[in-house]
Amino acid sequence: MRYNVWQVLKQGLTGHKGWQPAFRNPEPKPAYDIVIVGGGGHGLATAWYLASVHGITNVAVLEKGWLGSGNIGRNTTIIRSNYLLPDNEPFYELSLKLWEGLEQDINYNAMVSQRGILNLAHSDAQVDAFARRGNAMHLAGAGGTLLDTAGVRKLCPFVNVDSARFPIKGGLWQARAGTVRHDAVAWGFARAADTRGIDVIQNCEVTGIRRHPNVSGSPVTGVDTSRGFIAAAKVAVCVAGNSGRVMAMAGRRLPIESHVLQAFVSEGLKPTIPGVVTYGAGHFYISQSDKGGLVYGGDIDGYNSYAQRGNLPLVEDVAEGGMSLMPMIGRAKLLRSWGGLMDMSMDGSPFIDKTDIPGLYFNGGWCYGGFKATPGSGFCYAHLLATDTPHEFATGYRLDRFRSGHPIDERGAGAQPNLH
Amino acid sequence: MKLPHPLLGLRPVSEFIYLGDASLIQRPAGQDPSQLGDDATIDAFHDYVYLRDNPAGVHRELWFHEQGDRSWLVVTRNTVTHEITGCELARDVATAHHHARERQ
Repeated sequence: MRYNVWQVLKQGLTGHKGWQPAFRNPEPKPAYDIVIVGGGGHGLATAWYLASVHGITNVAVLEKGWLGSGNIGRNTTIIRSNYLLPDNEPFYELSLKLWEGLEQDINYNAMVSQRGILNLAHSDAQVDAFARRGNAMHLAGAGGTLLDTAGVRKLCPFVNVDSARFPIKGGLWQARAGTVRHDAVAWGFARAADTRGIDVIQNCEVTGIRRHPNVSGSPVTGVDTSRGFIAAAKVAVCVAGNSGRVMAMAGRRLPIESHVLQAFVSEGLKPTIPGVVTYGAGHFYISQSDKGGLVYGGDIDGYNSYAQRGNLPLVEDVAEGGMSLMPMIGRAKLLRSWGGLMDMSMDGSPFIDKTDIPGLYFNGGWCYGGFKATPGSGFCYAHLLATDTPHEFATGYRLDRFRSGHPIDERGAGAQPNLH
Repeated sequence: MKLPHPLLGLRPVSEFIYLGDASLIQRPAGQDPSQLGDDATIDAFHDYVYLRDNPAGVHRELWFHEQGDRSWLVVTRNTVTHEITGCELARDVATAHHHARERQ
């Protein structure tokens, strides 16, 4: 069933009795051409682009929980393409362009809202750095505007521009950035892939990766799951915070640590925040959801964790950042907080690559920035799976880049994942 | 979360800075000039600097008591439950590694 205004009118006049489930709930088949491990945003996007761009539909997406139970339903919904380095910026701009056409592409309302992002600068040196980053964005066609203090004040009259410790000297504004209804992205990609015949299989946890013992290179033959063995010529791992666990099944260590990042939402308020605001000095960022809640967060907790919950000192730290940036936030009640697992890489940048094991592919290391990359990551991963060559905008995201001396370190923090 | 410091007792985690897996104590040898640039030496350092076991479960890890006595600690902690089951001075762990290596 295609979703359109006539369907809404027709269903409205007939008591909404004709709506069907958005996607099937299939039993796993014994074998597929490609098995995607992980039914998060990136895995489902990969499935959709395999079908829609490459015509490959004998594909299963295996999800250990339910769709939207992982980071695709836990992030703070921000999309943007305001990176500096040439290995990153064209990729994220590709992803933002895909967001712009996504709802027409998958026939699903993901509530893509280009309300803009403002990164605040607190010193003259940081203003210079933002000018440089803005230039890099323009080179990739991403746009971007450098604002002075007056420009920031006009856009966000509520921020504490004259803070004694972190005065606001300006900001980098990307108008095309924004927010997206995050779990609608999972449902929309799942439905779109399902209509092309791809099996999206929930409650199916991968417990092992099987390899052929007698063939040279020992290629993968499939995966053991909680619902039995599933054979596949290609196994595409795409499991974010659980990357270390799943790749350990194939005996591989990764340049990744799993950390926990917390997020927060306030009670619903009238419209007050125009877009997304990030406050680097205070490790704080904020936007306002369509329901009116202030959605905000800060740093990762900073230690290895698979707990999907954080600790109180970070809650206090984030609250302090919010009070420092916009004292009015102290009047709002915090409604909920939660945590998600971040696959923090050694340079803060992701991987979309083949492994040394024939037929085993890896996508991960997105740190706390994976949501904005969802369509771009799926697009490039599908390209890699279909053609066995990296997409032109993802050539830097190699697993051996540390060994070969080509890290992509936006922050310049080195091999210390909790600093990225 | 509180860390059971072997000298100072239970201390809040906000006094500490986290470094990572305790295997970072065991830096590979390879200072021999004749081995510099060897693939084996580069591989050993690459694995030491960049690759991690990243287990879901028991993890031995390095913490620095920055807001306290500025000692390095090796904490044994479960990354799924955050339960802490051990805490030693990193100096003692490093010395034990050194003696074990010398005995080989």
